[in-house]
Amino acid sequence: MQELLTFTIIGLSTGAIYAVVASGLVVTYTTSGIFNLAHGATGMLAAFTYWQLRFDWDLPAPLALFITLFILCPLFGLLTERIVMRGLQGTTEVVRLSVTVALFAFMIGLANTVWPSDGSRQAFLKFFEGNTIHVGGINVSWHKVITFGCAIIVAIVLRLLLFRTRMGVAMRAVVDDRSLTELNGGRPNRVAMFAWALSAMLAGLAGILLAGEQQLNIEPLVLLVINAYAAAIIGGLKSLPRTFAGAAVLGLLDAYYLQFSDNSWFPQSFMGFGLSGIRASIPTIVLFVALLVRPQSRLRAGTVRFREENKIPSWKTAVLGAVSLIVVVVGISGMLTRSNTLFLLNGFTLAIVALSLVPLTGYAGQMSLAPLTFAGLGAVAMSKLPGDGNLLSLLAAITIVAIVGAAVALPAIRLSGIYLALSTAAFAVLVTKLIFNQRQTFMSGNISVPILDIPFIDINSPRGRLILSATAFSLLGLGVIAIRRSRLGRRLIALKDSPVAAATLGMNLTQTKLAAFAISAGIAACAGALAGDKVSPQQYDFTQSLPIVLLAVVGGVGTVGGALFGGLLLGGNAVLANAVPSLKNITKIMPGLTGITLGRNPSGATSQISEKFRPLLNRWGIISFSALGGVGIWALDASRIISHWAFFIGGVFWFLAVMPNLIAIVDGTSQRRWWASAIALTGLAVSLGVDWDQAVDSTGKRLLSLILLVAIFGVGTQRVAENAPRIHHSSPDLLGLDVALSPDELDNVERELGVTI
Amino acid sequence: MSTPILELRNVRASYGSIEVLHGVNLTVGRGEVVALLGPNGAGKSTLIKVASGILRPSAGQLMIAGRDATGASANALARAGLCTIPEGRGIFPNLTVRENLLMATYSGHKLSDIEHSTYARFPRLAERRSQLAGTMSGGEQQMLSLARALATDPVILLLDELSMGLAPLIVSELYQQVAAIAAEGVSVLVVEQFARTVLGVADKAVVLAHGKVQAFGKASEIGEDVLASAYLGS
Repeated sequence: MQELLTFTIIGLSTGAIYAVVASGLVVTYTTSGIFNLAHGATGMLAAFTYWQLRFDWDLPAPLALFITLFILCPLFGLLTERIVMRGLQGTTEVVRLSVTVALFAFMIGLANTVWPSDGSRQAFLKFFEGNTIHVGGINVSWHKVITFGCAIIVAIVLRLLLFRTRMGVAMRAVVDDRSLTELNGGRPNRVAMFAWALSAMLAGLAGILLAGEQQLNIEPLVLLVINAYAAAIIGGLKSLPRTFAGAAVLGLLDAYYLQFSDNSWFPQSFMGFGLSGIRASIPTIVLFVALLVRPQSRLRAGTVRFREENKIPSWKTAVLGAVSLIVVVVGISGMLTRSNTLFLLNGFTLAIVALSLVPLTGYAGQMSLAPLTFAGLGAVAMSKLPGDGNLLSLLAAITIVAIVGAAVALPAIRLSGIYLALSTAAFAVLVTKLIFNQRQTFMSGNISVPILDIPFIDINSPRGRLILSATAFSLLGLGVIAIRRSRLGRRLIALKDSPVAAATLGMNLTQTKLAAFAISAGIAACAGALAGDKVSPQQYDFTQSLPIVLLAVVGGVGTVGGALFGGLLLGGNAVLANAVPSLKNITKIMPGLTGITLGRNPSGATSQISEKFRPLLNRWGIISFSALGGVGIWALDASRIISHWAFFIGGVFWFLAVMPNLIAIVDGTSQRRWWASAIALTGLAVSLGVDWDQAVDSTGKRLLSLILLVAIFGVGTQRVAENAPRIHHSSPDLLGLDVALSPDELDNVERELGVTI
Repeated sequence: MSTPILELRNVRASYGSIEVLHGVNLTVGRGEVVALLGPNGAGKSTLIKVASGILRPSAGQLMIAGRDATGASANALARAGLCTIPEGRGIFPNLTVRENLLMATYSGHKLSDIEHSTYARFPRLAERRSQLAGTMSGGEQQMLSLARALATDPVILLLDELSMGLAPLIVSELYQQVAAIAAEGVSVLVVEQFARTVLGVADKAVVLAHGKVQAFGKASEIGEDVLASAYLGS
């Protein structure tokens, strides 16, 4: 009995921490509609900051607490809202969620950089360490009592704030009707800043309390948020009392499990699977169950105009892109070092995983945080299937995982938006904990996936595998584009644009969603099944999925090019970290930093880049010239006239600084085009002519020079060449009727219609 | 003539690249009630959005009491005494009646005063003060949104489609309240699709069609033929 009481107290005090975190999550979600995945990371940063002030710089505890909780945390919240979140109005849930993923990645990178885990950190002490009080026959530490008290104070203060003050009522009013709040004289931006500051304070408080109970480590503090998700979902992301109740239940479940699992009658395994992973999965299981019993979200009618837009690629573009990708990879693969080949291979594997998000997230608008989990399942399936890597077993592996993907989606299909995303996250964590971490699955830590066995072609080398994965990406990319151009593709888009309209037209939403999940799982499985090497469960961990989702969205998850960009950027990041150790810390923060810019450009980076290249597609002469230039640079390298570095820098310069400007140069007026060509040629000559291996002593400086070259000569060429008068676009509903078409506009219309005279 | 309280000078407004108002001129004098009439899609609600500061005009000026207020934020205009009841129901459905009234205190009035004046006028709202506003009937919701205009003593009141989705009897009740507000000397710009419900209250009327002012004059002088040609496009 006394034991039960002890564990009840332990459980309630853990629950108290969950409650504080979850309430912060609810505050920002209800006021800004943004589910902050980085909430736990905020608490983690606050805990480290407190440690820095209190234990490293020896400030007295009250002062350190005051500075952390009442100055730094609110400031952090204010800045987050002002710099990152404010730009997100009118974007899809996918983009909003990705931005918080970016913030998450950024903060973990920051903590790793400032407080590297080298063991030099002394212990994080509890409040009033060593002091206990006697309750009902057992000793309870002061820290636990304080934790409990904090939760109660937070509950009371939040209740009063939200229902008794005008600021609190305004916070709820903004959710109801933002513009009406303004018409009442309220300032929604100020309200949002206040909410984010408050939420950061709550996260900070929870982080500091938890760090006292556990060790000061990044991982547990960040994953704390999963428990908070579960509590917040139990509260429907809205009701604070229910959130607190959910947190208490979670804490108690955890404590009681700990108590009972020590008993001899408690099963240690089930059907041969060890159950040791269960305890860590409790919050995830609760989250999953809470999501599944949620009432189905109603389809909402209404005109939602999203800011993202992507053009459908034509077959010409698609095939041209696929072929040139393979040609370029074959061309450069011969001159890469072994380690760089492996990095590029990794980049293409990640690109395939990112590609799996294109039909699901980009087209159908369904967020998944578990793409790598399906890749992992693909690897497991491939290694377990007989056939030793022939094409049939590859197809079988893909089919199996696609079916698993659809099966997983089936219960979650009623959910949408954030709830769906969280249920995929829960699935990913469960698979990691209960399947990947089993000895039956990954014997002795890793398994070897057989290399694909294609008749007559030997791909048993890093170079062969690189070419294989590039080819696989190209083919899968073509497949995805084929889907986009098909009837199914239109259904997926309809699902994203307006589920209501699609349903009223008689479309079966469930079938379409299932198809999207199955296709996505199948593509991801391909990435795993083609690994062709030893793989370990860590590669497919849930936390590794987040940067992929993020970079796919950064690249532009609506396009195949975006997936390639995202995957290669993530792979390239590893190359950079490897080549320039001094930049290692920056590369840790990089994915986060790029993602944070999403608010400004929700369609992704590739849509911006491809805008520059799009005009080239209608000009065969210029395309041929571009390709010729690329081949020429490659030939210079192949005949050993220039070094690999000169080839790399020259090639990138050609692609980024010369090609986009070719049309302007060809069409330009005589004098300007000569100047522009001169600038472009000078840049090219420098890129190719400098003896990079000798003259510049480090990889970092070479990369920096490349960036400078592209920036100076590329922009220079563009500025000089672009002298054509800008076409003035009148309002389309007036054009040609109320306002006469100008010659420029006529030209433009004819070009768009493909009528050239 | 004194300076008009609200004046739009050659205002153009657009959503993205689609222009909706093509140069609209409109004045509302002190104490005047101006009815803004026109068929669906004429740009009436857009005009209200421009006047209330929610939408920034792409060209032209918004003058309030003779001062240039182009580009001022909606919340600043609201605190300065411009009260807007937007299309649909101008209430927060997930806040209680009392909390809705608390939101009206941004105008500088005390909550107790606002409550007092509201409950005196609409005893039914007093009974429902702790009820979520979204659970009330459409008429009661519209009373609540009008209560803000009545209690905060605005300089000018912008009303957008008060009658939308309501029974005719309730509409005429609501318009009696509008007349009462106008009688206190508040200038009112009222948008209405159903011309006849509003012309009895209004001093002047403006007929808008295709984003341009088609007719402008005393309410009694706007004849059936003008309305018919604006609505039917003859």
